[in-house]
Parts: sequence; C-alpha cells; structure tokens
Amino acid sequence: MSANSVSYNDQGSVESGVDAAQENSNIPVSISSGGAAFSLFSADYKKCWFSVIADGGMDSSFSNARSFFGQLSRSEENLREFSFQSMIEVNYCDLAGLSALMDLIVVLYTCKMNGGLGSLRLEAAGVMRNALVSAENLQLTLKSDFSSEEQALTNNHKSGNEEKSSRGNEDLKEMLESSKESNLLKLQFEILLKKLVYVYLVRYAEEQQDLALLSISTFQRALKDPNQLIRASALRVLSSIRVPIIVPIMMLAIKEASTDLSPYVRKTAAHAIQKLYSLDPDQKEHLIEVIEKLLKDKSTVLSSSRDSRALLMSVVMAFEEVCPDRIDLIHKNYRKLCNLLVDVEEWGQVVIIHMLTRYARTQFVSPWREDAVFDENSEKAFYDSEEEKRVDQSKLYIMDPDHRLLLRNTKPLLQSRNTAVVMAVSQLYWHLAPKHELSIITKSLVRLLRSHREVQYIVLQNIATMSIQRKGMFEPFMKSFYVRSTDATHIKTLKLEILTNLANEANISTILREFQAIGRCATNISEVTDTCLNGLVLLLSNRDETVVAESVVVIKKLLQTQPSQHSDIIKHMAKLFDNITVPMARASILWLMGEYCEHVPKIAPDVLRKMAKSFTNEEDIVKLQTVNLAAKLYLTNSKQTKLLTQYILNLGKYDQNYDIRDRTRFIRQLIVPNEKSGALSKYARRILMAPKPAPVLQSAFKDTRMDGWMDSGLAQRMRSASGYLELSDWPAVAPDQSVRNVEVVEPVKEAGAPALGESKPAKSDEKFYSDSEEEEEEEEEEGSSSEDSSSSSSEESESESESEENSDDSNKSSSSQSEKSSSESDSEKKKKTLKNKKLQQQKPDSKDRKQKNGNTVKGESESESGSESSSSGSSSESGSESGSELDSDSDSGTDQKKNTKSKPVQSKPVTKYDGSFLSRESPVSGREGYQESEREGEMSD
Amino acid sequence: MIHSLFLVNASGDIFLEKHWKSVVSRSVCDYFFEALERATEPENVPPVIPTPHHYLINVLRHRIYFVAVIQSEVPPLFVIEFLHRVVDTFQDYFGVCTEAAIKDNVVVVYELLEEMLDNGFPLATESNILKELIKPPTILRTVVNTITGSTNVGEQLPTGQLSVVPWRRTGVKYTNNEAYFDVVEEIDAIIDKSGSTITAEIQGVIDACVKLTGMPDLTLSFMNPRLLDDVSFHPCVRFKRWEAERILSFIPPDGNFRLLSYHVSSQNLVAIPVYVKHNISFREGSSQGRFELTLGPKQTMGKAVESVLVSSQLPRGVLNANLNPSQGTYTFDPVTKLHINVATNCYWQLLSWDVGKINPQKLPSLKGSMSLQAGASKPDENPTINIQFKIQQLAISGLKVNRLDMYGEKYKPFKGIKYMTKAGKFQVRT
Repeated sequence: MSANSVSYNDQGSVESGVDAAQENSNIPVSISSGGAAFSLFSADYKKCWFSVIADGGMDSSFSNARSFFGQLSRSEENLREFSFQSMIEVNYCDLAGLSALMDLIVVLYTCKMNGGLGSLRLEAAGVMRNALVSAENLQLTLKSDFSSEEQALTNNHKSGNEEKSSRGNEDLKEMLESSKESNLLKLQFEILLKKLVYVYLVRYAEEQQDLALLSISTFQRALKDPNQLIRASALRVLSSIRVPIIVPIMMLAIKEASTDLSPYVRKTAAHAIQKLYSLDPDQKEHLIEVIEKLLKDKSTVLSSSRDSRALLMSVVMAFEEVCPDRIDLIHKNYRKLCNLLVDVEEWGQVVIIHMLTRYARTQFVSPWREDAVFDENSEKAFYDSEEEKRVDQSKLYIMDPDHRLLLRNTKPLLQSRNTAVVMAVSQLYWHLAPKHELSIITKSLVRLLRSHREVQYIVLQNIATMSIQRKGMFEPFMKSFYVRSTDATHIKTLKLEILTNLANEANISTILREFQAIGRCATNISEVTDTCLNGLVLLLSNRDETVVAESVVVIKKLLQTQPSQHSDIIKHMAKLFDNITVPMARASILWLMGEYCEHVPKIAPDVLRKMAKSFTNEEDIVKLQTVNLAAKLYLTNSKQTKLLTQYILNLGKYDQNYDIRDRTRFIRQLIVPNEKSGALSKYARRILMAPKPAPVLQSAFKDTRMDGWMDSGLAQRMRSASGYLELSDWPAVAPDQSVRNVEVVEPVKEAGAPALGESKPAKSDEKFYSDSEEEEEEEEEEGSSSEDSSSSSSEESESESESEENSDDSNKSSSSQSEKSSSESDSEKKKKTLKNKKLQQQKPDSKDRKQKNGNTVKGESESESGSESSSSGSSSESGSESGSELDSDSDSGTDQKKNTKSKPVQSKPVTKYDGSFLSRESPVSGREGYQESEREGEMSD
Repeated sequence: MIHSLFLVNASGDIFLEKHWKSVVSRSVCDYFFEALERATEPENVPPVIPTPHHYLINVLRHRIYFVAVIQSEVPPLFVIEFLHRVVDTFQDYFGVCTEAAIKDNVVVVYELLEEMLDNGFPLATESNILKELIKPPTILRTVVNTITGSTNVGEQLPTGQLSVVPWRRTGVKYTNNEAYFDVVEEIDAIIDKSGSTITAEIQGVIDACVKLTGMPDLTLSFMNPRLLDDVSFHPCVRFKRWEAERILSFIPPDGNFRLLSYHVSSQNLVAIPVYVKHNISFREGSSQGRFELTLGPKQTMGKAVESVLVSSQLPRGVLNANLNPSQGTYTFDPVTKLHINVATNCYWQLLSWDVGKINPQKLPSLKGSMSLQAGASKPDENPTINIQFKIQQLAISGLKVNRLDMYGEKYKPFKGIKYMTKAGKFQVRT
C-alpha cells in the first residue's frame, strides 16, 4: 500500500519538527500582541513576520497566525501567495499549528474563488497530504496520551476516594481538574482539526483522487472508534469523498454502520446511502437491502431520542433517492411512519409527507369516488364487468382506516412554522382528502402569505392552480389577495391571476373595483360582460396612456367574442382615437373599425380619412391595419372611400417596410378590379370580411398545470427536473390493505385482518395483482426467481427445511432474517418454540395472506432465497449476506434491549410467548411500544 | 437536494460559494445575473430560475442574494425555507448579516454551512444545537482565543444531537431565572379613499426570551384563546394539548425564539387605531397641487399612538413639495430618494413624514403645495399612503395571557409579559 509507506516516511520529519518547535517555543510571544496591529503594517513588514513564523515554528504563534490569515483573505494577492509558501515551510508540529494551517487553507480556498490563484492549488494539495499524514500521526499519539491520562485519572480518582477520609485532597482535585482540562483542550483541537481537514478533503477529493486515497485508512480506523460521534463523522466524510475506487469500501462501511448500536451512526449510514448511490448507481441492489433493513429498524419506535427519529427521515430520504418505485418496502412501515410523523424533524416531515402522498395514491381508493360513480356510467359498467359487488362498495365508500390515519396524523402539521411542511401537508390533502375536508388547508396557506417574498411567490402560484379547480376554497379569503402597492411585480401578477380565478357573480362587483385585468373576468362570466365593458370604457377615459392602450386591446378581444351591438363603444373608441398614441391600441381600434364597419358606417370613413393624413408618421403595425381598414371599407362602402383607399395604397406602395409594400400590393390586386385580376378578386369580400373566430381567453395557468397534480414541487414549473415523480392515479381497486398489517400479536386483531380482507370480494382480483407484481420483482431481482416460485408452491417443505437450518446455527441466527421478520419466519419460530393449536390457526392465516398479496411475499422470498443460497454456498447474494451476518452479534444485542423495553406491552395479549419469540415480533411490539412511550412522554415531559 | 450555494452581493459579485456535492462551476450564476439585469427592482427577480441543467432558487435578504443550485426535483419551499434559516443563523451568530460580517467570519460561516447540510440535506438547523457545536464569535472570546490559542469549536462533544429534547441544550444554568414573552400584533389594512376599510386583518406573534435553568416545562394559557383563528407553533409546543385544552405546553429552547404566530379570526371586526384625512389634488392646467394630510387616533383604548411614520410615493411629475408639518419633520428629497423605474424611465419621489406621537388634543397635520414639472399634465393617479405606528401595552385583538406555570424545576422564575400593536402593511388609498 503506497498510502501507508508515504505516511511512515513522513512521520519522521514531523516528529523532528515537534522537537524543533519545543525548543523554540519561548521566542516571540509578542506576535500575539502584534496580531491586532498587524493589518496596519506594510506589506514588506508582513513578509518579515511570515519568515519569522516560518523559521520559529513555535506552537503558540500558530493560533495567532490564524488571525493573520483571516486578514490575509482580504490583502494583496502576491502576499497571500508568499504567506502560503512560508506556511508550507513551517513544520506544522502540533494541533494548534495544524488547525491554523487548515484555517489558512480554507481561507485560501475562498480567496481562490476571487482571484486566479490556481497555481496554489497544487501546493495546497501537497500540504494537505502532509497535514493529513501528520494529523493521523498526531491523532494516534493523542489517543495513547489519552489512555494514559485517563488511566491516571481513574487512578487518581480511586486513590482520592480512598484517602478522602484521612486527608484533605485539594491537590489531588487540582490535578484531576487540570488533567481534565488538558484532555478537553486536546479533544477540542482534534475536532476542529478534523473538521477543517474534512472541509478541504471533501472539496478537493475529486480533483486530487490519489491524495484523497491516502486518507482512507484513517477513516477506516475511525469507523471502529468507540465514540459514536467519531464513527459517524468518519462515515460521513468517507461517503462524501467522491472517488469511484473506494466504492467497495464505502459499501462495506455502510453495511457495517447500518447495524451499529448507535442510532446516530445508523442515521449517518442512511445519509451515506444516497451519496454512494449518486457515485455508483450499480450498487442499487445492495443499497435497497440496507434501506429495507433500516426501515424496519426497531429503535425508531422504541426510543424517543431524536436520532432515531432522524434516522427515519434519512432512510425515507434514501428511499426516495434510490428506489422510489419500491413501494412494497413501505407497506409494513406505513403505520409507523404515520404515527411518528409529528415527532420527526421538520425537514424530514416534508420528505416523508411527499413519499406518503405517493404511497397513498397507489394504495387507497379515491375518496372522490362518490360523485364519480353517479356521473359516469361507463366507469360503473367497468366495475360491473370486473365484479358485481364492487359497485355497491364504491357507492358506500368507507375510507380505509389507514387512509384516515394518514390524514389525521398530518393535520396538526398544518400548524408547523416551517412553510415547506405546511405546503407539503396541503398538497397531501389536495391529493388525498375527500373534497369536503379540503377547506382546512386554505387557512394555513393564506397564513403563509405573511411570510417572506419568495415564499409568497411559491404559495401564490400553488393557490392559483388550486383556485382554478376549486374556486370555493379561497373565496372567503379573497381579500388576502388584494394587491398592495409594495408588492413585487411577479407577486402582483399572481394575485391578479388568483382574483380572476375567484371571480363569480356574487363577488364580481367587489373584485372589479379592485381590479385591472378585467378582460378574463368577463369571458368567464358572461353576465357581467357588460359591466366589465363599462368599467373598461371608464378606464378609457383614464389619462394614463398605457392603461388606455391595455384596455383597448382587451376591449378588442371582448368585442370579438360578442360582436352584436356594441357600436356605441366602437364610436366612443373612435372618439378617443385621436388621443391615443400607443401603436398597439391604435392598431386595435383600426382593426375594430374595419371589422365592424357596417355597424359604424359614418365614422369609419372619417377615421380612414384621418389616417390617410397621418399615414407616413405611423408605426408599422398601425400602417398595416390602416391598409386593412381601407381595403375593407373599399369593399363595403366603395363610393365614399375609393379615392382614400387609392391614396393609402399608393402611400403604402412606397413605404420603407417591405411588409407594408407586400401587403399593399396584395390588397391592390385583390380588391381593385383590373384586366389582369384573376378569379381571386371575386372572393375578395369573402376573404377579407370572413367572420373571425373569437380568441379564447384563459388563464395562463390553465394549460401549464391543469394535469390534476398540483404539487409544491419544482415540477410545477419545470417538468423536466430530473427525479420528478409523477403522481399515479387512484387505483381502481384498492390493493389489499392487510399488507400494512405488521405481524400482529393479539389474536383478536389477527382474526380481524383476514375478515376485512374477505369482506372485500376481490380475492381473485388481488391475486391477479400480486402475480403481476411478483413477475416484476422477478425481473428486478435476478437469481431469486427460481427459489421464489418454489417457495410459493412448496411452502410447507421449505419452511421445515429452514427451521432445520435455523436450529443448526441458532445462536448465529442470521441478522438479516431476523430483521426482515417476515410472517414466514415468524410462523416458523412459532412452530419451533410453542406447538399449540393457536399456532396452527395462525399459520394458515399467514399463508393465506401470502397468496393474496405478493407485496409481502417479496420480503419473505428475499430472505428465503438469501438463506438458501448461503446454505448451498453459491450465487451472488451470498457475499452481501455474509457481510451482514458478521454483525449479528451486535444486532442481537439491540434486539434483546428492545425486548426488555417492550415486555410490559407484550404481556397484554392473551397468548403468552416466550422471550425468543418476542424478538421476532418486532414491528408490532415496536408500534405498541411507541404508543406507550408516547403516552409516557406526555406524562413525564 | 441543495447542490451548491452562492452568495451574491448588491453589486453582483459572488463573494462566497459552498458545494455540498460535486463542484458546480460558478458560471451557472450567469443565468441569475441575466434575470437580475432584467428585473427592474431587486425584489423583482423571480425566486426560481430554470437553467438547462440546474434550477436556481434565490432569496434576497439584507441586500445579499442567496442563490442555491438544485439539480433534481425538490419542493421549492423546502429550499427557500432553508435559505431563510441560514440567514437567520448568520444573524444570530454575527449580529448582522452583511457581506462584511460574512467575510470577517469566513471560517465560522464554512463551519456552519458544513454542519447545517450534509450532502445537500438539512442536518442541524436548530440554533441551540448549532451553538453547542460551534460557538458564536464574540469580541471577548476573540481576545481570549488569541491569548490562549483556543478556538471557537465547542468545548464538549455535542450532546444536543443526542438529547431527548432536540431544541434545548442540556446543562443550562442561570443565576437569574427569567422568562419574558412579547405579544406583538400587526395590523394589515387597506383603507380606501372615503376612509372605509377594504380589508383589515391582525397577525400576531409571541416572541419569547427564556433564560431558565435545567429542563423547565412551561404552560401558557390565554384568557380568550377563541380569538386565535390560525396558529403556527415552534416545534417545542405540544400539538395535542393545544387541540384539547387550548393551552400552550412546551419545554422551551434556551434563549430567544418565536413561540407562536397567529392570525385573528376574520369574523372579529378589526379596530383601526388611526384615521387619515387627506386631500391631495391637482388643478387642471396649473402647475400647482394641493396637499393636506391630517392624522388622528380612534379606537386605541386610551393608549397613545407612537412612532408614527407616514410615507408616500408622490406621483410622477411632482418636482417639489413645500409643506408645513404641525409637528415632526418631513423629508422630501427628489434627488437622493429616487426609486428608478427603469421600464418607464421615470422617477418616483418618496415623501416621508416622521410624526412621532399623536396628541389627540392637537392632531398632527401636514399641509402645503406641490409643484409640478413645467408643462406636465395633471397626474392620473393619486398616491397611496403607507403608515407605520406603534401602540405600547395593547394587543389590538384583545388577546390576553392568563397565566404561565412552570413544572419540572423547583426554583421560582421571574415572568414578564409585554403587549404591543404595530402597523403591518397599512395602506391608505387616496
């Protein structure tokens, strides 16, 4: 290993550095006082200081160097370089010095962004290597120091206790305290140093892969550290090093950490899963295994500590990243997730809620069914054909208790201070809740409008989407969307958008007063079109040109939709025409004149006359419309306008703009009869005066986001974002709800579950589902297929063989199997431990369930295949399996712990089980335990 | 989730960058700068900017843009909320969140960012925990550190990560045990021309400053909890007890925090504590305009209205105003206080009048004339008037705290409660 050899070579020099530093350590204490005044010194003087520091190399000065270098970040570039070089020459001998160096590197790293100090990077990398090596070295020495000091401590302590009665032991106490202090000091330096090294390492690992590799062995060692924090941070950094070569090391580390005793480490492992996955997607299969294991982690339910909650969130995070399609992994944890949701950290809540939304959409029947059934007979027929009883069920829709559980548990989160959480819950309700329950989210969403500008923007956007589909929701809060003069432009637009969407007969008068974008209001509600028009006409007399122009354009659109008898408005506009200068508005008016010239036979020619006068000074767009108007008038009223048209066409012929010249030429050929004119001119009138279809006015939000899936996600704005997960439609038939039943202890419940399943006559149907899913899984996981089929067919024999196997190495009790705690293994265990009749009843139950839903079977089959393959000693799975088996010792330790905790709860059920069995019953016992602990928590807190 | 973070200052320079995954070139910010250029005002930059390979989500606070680079689907609010949390943390640590403060504390900033996110996912955002991990820099500590050579990293291994109450650090000790609660209410209102209220609502918060030893468990009850229509809590508050008993029960974090923010139900009529009489008019044809403004208190329950500040953007074309305040001072500076509207290339002049306290016997007024640009026609729209004010010792909604009890510790704490009403977005249209 090259890494090791280098480190040992360098150790020598480092140690000599230590000696040198200790000799010199008494020289310039003055540096510390100089630190403050340092910034005042000239550049040359600074250089001198650096050389002093470099030569002296005393430890105390390094901490002062920190402040120097902090200032350096803003000083001249060449100086920076110089300081760096002198720094490199320094024999960084102790932790303080090293930490100063690391600080410097961090500073340089930020400097580099400002200036082009690229050349320094290499040097920095070199220093890093040295620093790492010596850090490693120091750490080792530190540890030995530690142990000796600790020993001394304990010795002191003992002797202190013994002699306490006889003597006053003040000096001993002093000793104790001083040694403690020095301990702390070193510890603290160690942490700082490590942190800074980590920052650097993570940043540059990708670019300097070889150097980064040198550090790996340190982390590997730290992974075995007795301190959980050090284990965790080592894993964290190790997984952050993006060097493909170390993937196997990372994989191993993750697997190990996922069975760690400390929930904190397990949480870090869950984080590391994502990192590894992004580094090497090929590891997916193995990572899914780890995720599955972590999802079932019992500690999340049992202990109320924050880390276990955080673990949950990290695992779900990893799940979303690595295998969002593996919904089947969630089944058994669904209720646990729902129940814990309130206590999870706020960021985790967002992730979990999003995941649960997707889950619920695939697992529950639509609560909106009621209306749908009555409306659509086709749908009904569809159900009929599938099975008869189904229809009755859908009519009498009863919400799945799990569905209800989710809604109930997320509701309090609407009160969260974190806007993201509120939005996530709103979204969940939007997609999952029955329509009549939707109103509770409105209030919370409106509350968010009080928040920062950016939050407002996103929330308003979502409200805009919702308000299109469900006007009623936000109507009571209409006033919250009134525009304030201090709002940013995009917020104003959104508010107007929402107001438009909210408009109806009842509130239109209020809104109109508020309102400037009236156009769309009018088209939405035909009754108020007249009012709108009046309002717009009023606006026409406004003095602001842009407002007038805007309203003219809107009126044009409006009149187009209702061309009947608005000639007075057209007349009014003709009057205004002289005062309007905005080209678009002028063009609009001209077009209106032309289009409805029959309604205003007297005015139109007059307008044309005016235009002919000012034609040359007009904008292009106005000229075009003038030509159009002329042509139309020529056709309808050729007596009065013949000469005018001729004149305008002549003007247009010599216009600078070729568009206008073209149009003129075209119009002339079309309308002016001459010898050469073809058949086309006969149709001129029909061509020009053809009734035009009215433009469709609608909200811009309609087309972009009407696809039924309102989401707070980026997806609303960006469909292309990678990792966007489309929400599935409601399933036509609810998948079997018993999949979420975690292995139940109480016989009462056990009996209840299948009964529920039977009440749904969808047995055959379910079978169909499970089959297909099984097939998919078979495709996904090569290798396990053959065992799978055999397991489902000859279950009895297999379970026996397995139980044999288990009894063979019962003390080994492979952890993977116990973690998976499938019903299969449970029943086996039951068989083994207690052979009474109750068991015989339960067993067919579980078998029954297994046939019904492939989802649960999945986990079982996996564990089976794993154990089988390991028994036969073949297949690719065996490697990973054995890896986790190594940790079985530690895991069983946790198991037992959990056991003792959950015992009081366990004693409730009628049947008594012995301890070894309880350890298998983890999920439910865990859940029960949680409820208990929560109750306890409430009481004790 | 969050890939990288860039900090951009007011002049458009990137002065800090941090990457949590692989390094993203800073050229990605060019899209942001483009949007910045297009925006007429700093606030108008859209919060989410799509680029071909990334999405930029930005937040503007203290004249610094925090630009986060996103590569995969993520709820935008998640990122925005986090960025705001970062700013809050900086403010908490350095007192202010300015470019200079961040540059001065570059190392601490990096340490913080490293702790707050792991692989782009929030790790520790609770300020109590962060402070345990990384000590905030103070002048005293800097001095001590330079002399003793120690650092700002916590003395102990962080226990907060592992404590049962994640938002509270363990081993808190005070000689004076105190708990202060500030009930602050803000009135958002739009008043129309005739003086009638178009919309008015009250939003309130309860900010707490709790300095109590050990692990105290507090309950706070209200005289009239029905008033609270919509509430959001600090995570420490127990939802279930609120649902059941309308009591706030919580183990507080150490130090300052926002316990509760609420919205007062819209059924209750909002008492508007201030009225404005105004007469702003321009005569057709002349270059002079009249400006009259009188303020008066109403429905203040006998409390004085203080710190009144009136501001208004006068219409385009107003060159100068010659006004006479009966009290306080006004500023009208058409040269320095410009709000340049690039799109229309015109200037809005800001008039602000620092009134001070309103004396009910002698109502403050501001009267005078405005002169228009020569030849300019009469402005079309009248300006809106923004008003700020404060009323001490009054919660305008009538909310009252009933009592505060402490369990779990033996000592007797000092308890204090303060009420205040402020104007939020209080606008009068003329």
